[in-house]
Amino acid sequence: MTVQQQTRETANATNGIEGSTDERLLQAIASGKRPDPASGWSSTMAFASRALLRIKHIPEQMFDVTLFPIIFLLMFTYLFGGAIAGSTSDYLQFLLPGILVMTVAQITVYTGIDLNNDIRKGIFDRFRTLPIWLPSALIGALLVDVVRYTMASVVMIALGLMLGFRPEGGAVGVFLAIALVLVFSFSLSWIWTALGLIVRSEKSLMMMSFLVMMPLTFISNVFVDPTTLPTWLQGFVNINPISTLATAVRGFMHGMGTWQQVVNVLLVSAIMTAIFAPLTMYLYRNKT
Amino acid sequence: MKEDKKILQNNDWAIEANGLVKIYGKEAAVDGVDLAIQKGTVYGFLGPNGAGKTTTIRMLATLLPADAGSARIFGNDLVSDGAAIRKRISLTGQYASIDEDLTGIENLMLIARLMGYTRRQAKTRAMELLTAFGLDHAAKRQVKKYSGGMRRRIDIAASIVVTPDLLFLDEPTSGLDPRSRNQVWDIIRALVRTGTTVMLTTQYLEEADQLADRIGVIQRGKIIAEGTSSELKASVGRGTLNVQLVHAEDRQQAIDILEDYLGAAVHHGTDSTSLTAQADDSMRVGEALGEFARRRIEVSDFSLGRPSLDEVFLTLTGHSAEQQDSGEEIL
Repeated sequence: MTVQQQTRETANATNGIEGSTDERLLQAIASGKRPDPASGWSSTMAFASRALLRIKHIPEQMFDVTLFPIIFLLMFTYLFGGAIAGSTSDYLQFLLPGILVMTVAQITVYTGIDLNNDIRKGIFDRFRTLPIWLPSALIGALLVDVVRYTMASVVMIALGLMLGFRPEGGAVGVFLAIALVLVFSFSLSWIWTALGLIVRSEKSLMMMSFLVMMPLTFISNVFVDPTTLPTWLQGFVNINPISTLATAVRGFMHGMGTWQQVVNVLLVSAIMTAIFAPLTMYLYRNKT
Repeated sequence: MKEDKKILQNNDWAIEANGLVKIYGKEAAVDGVDLAIQKGTVYGFLGPNGAGKTTTIRMLATLLPADAGSARIFGNDLVSDGAAIRKRISLTGQYASIDEDLTGIENLMLIARLMGYTRRQAKTRAMELLTAFGLDHAAKRQVKKYSGGMRRRIDIAASIVVTPDLLFLDEPTSGLDPRSRNQVWDIIRALVRTGTTVMLTTQYLEEADQLADRIGVIQRGKIIAEGTSSELKASVGRGTLNVQLVHAEDRQQAIDILEDYLGAAVHHGTDSTSLTAQADDSMRVGEALGEFARRRIEVSDFSLGRPSLDEVFLTLTGHSAEQQDSGEEIL
């Protein structure tokens, strides 16, 4: 009883002190008129601006698209160049398109990690109770990730040019090659968003991505010409989607790109998106 | 309850739920919950940790499908009209439902833009809410640097960027100091005055007592009592008499008189001059006090009160509300 009485007194006291703000509070609450619902485009842009604001507040997020490309390119060029191609500058011509594919493919996992973090906080519930076109939450974030992948590509090619990379396909070839990398990475991201909704923690997601991406990126044509490999391994390398992309990127950067290579990359991307984008949306809507 | 339902039109209900069930593994977290919450009222969902409060709210907010039972929010079916329901509700979860890496104003602007405001309108609305909630000084600070009370307020502000018709508040004041708690209470009262229906969960009896028009007591997934605060208190049926004697030496005589007149056990209070006893009948209390006067037993203070909600809870559940249930909170 006494506790309750005290509580009432405190409550009354508070009302007394803050009586002046009461009107303002009522006014603010009452003036929340419901506008016309946001279009899919505007909610996508709102989520994209959230992702940009997060980069502004946590700039360390950009390490993966700035430092990773630099470290990977320098490390593998000088580590393997002499041994594999006899000279680092020759190897760089072969390696750069592949290492670009590898770097960007590996950082796609962060899309899933960000989503996994949202789920474990209450904001995920907030978004799901809003009257919005729900896929915009993921597409907005993915669009900003595409910007990040572009940045990684630009950093790597700029460094490559300084180290002596000479793309025979010219600016147009490089541009087309980057476009293929972006389409592929956008599609690959859906795998991580789907997994990000399933796994318990970001640690498990990191581990899973490591288990998948390490073999996929290394047992491919990124580092070596597959004809030097045992036949059974060549079979895996040839069906590996990372090889498909690396072949096309290498082709366009060196002026030897074919429509068939473009079709192959788009086909692989379409398959990944067709399976994992709807799966992600289903899991997002029905996560319990 | 049943009769009320017949009199009120169908459109007078914010929430109607019938036999909601949610099962995790073999355990029923929510085990047949019925609710009828009238528009414009505050409903307090009271129960210990793990009783099924959060699970029920998550089902009603379209976040979690029910395993059995049905519910209508403003007449819209929970399963088939989820989109229509989401246009009228808002949820403030138990854990911060905002982006803690963003600033206060960025969070509110994000929600405002998602609701359909233009960038400029979003900014105006965000500032209006921040000012009204006493957060304007922290508008450009990251929410992770906010105090507990400020976090709760920005969280509620995010829920009412567009004034919802129904607001779910999951333990809105747990872990807050009394001042912050009163601020949140003021916000809830103001919301109700503008016509919003509020369903809140709480483990605190005073909170339900202070805010709720009706209270549902939930334990192990079942509603074990339902009604207004007074009805719940009356359902326990007993009042309590507290007597403060002037002289400690009168105590034994006073105990004898009270036991005689009230027919109930008398308990010693915190000191040697205070006594408490259960008293069902106020006439008998008067007679007992009259007997005190005849015997020259001086009384410095006495009170006859109905049982507190705490006593109600104890009677209903066998343990006090704040005491933790054995199970962990099921999300």
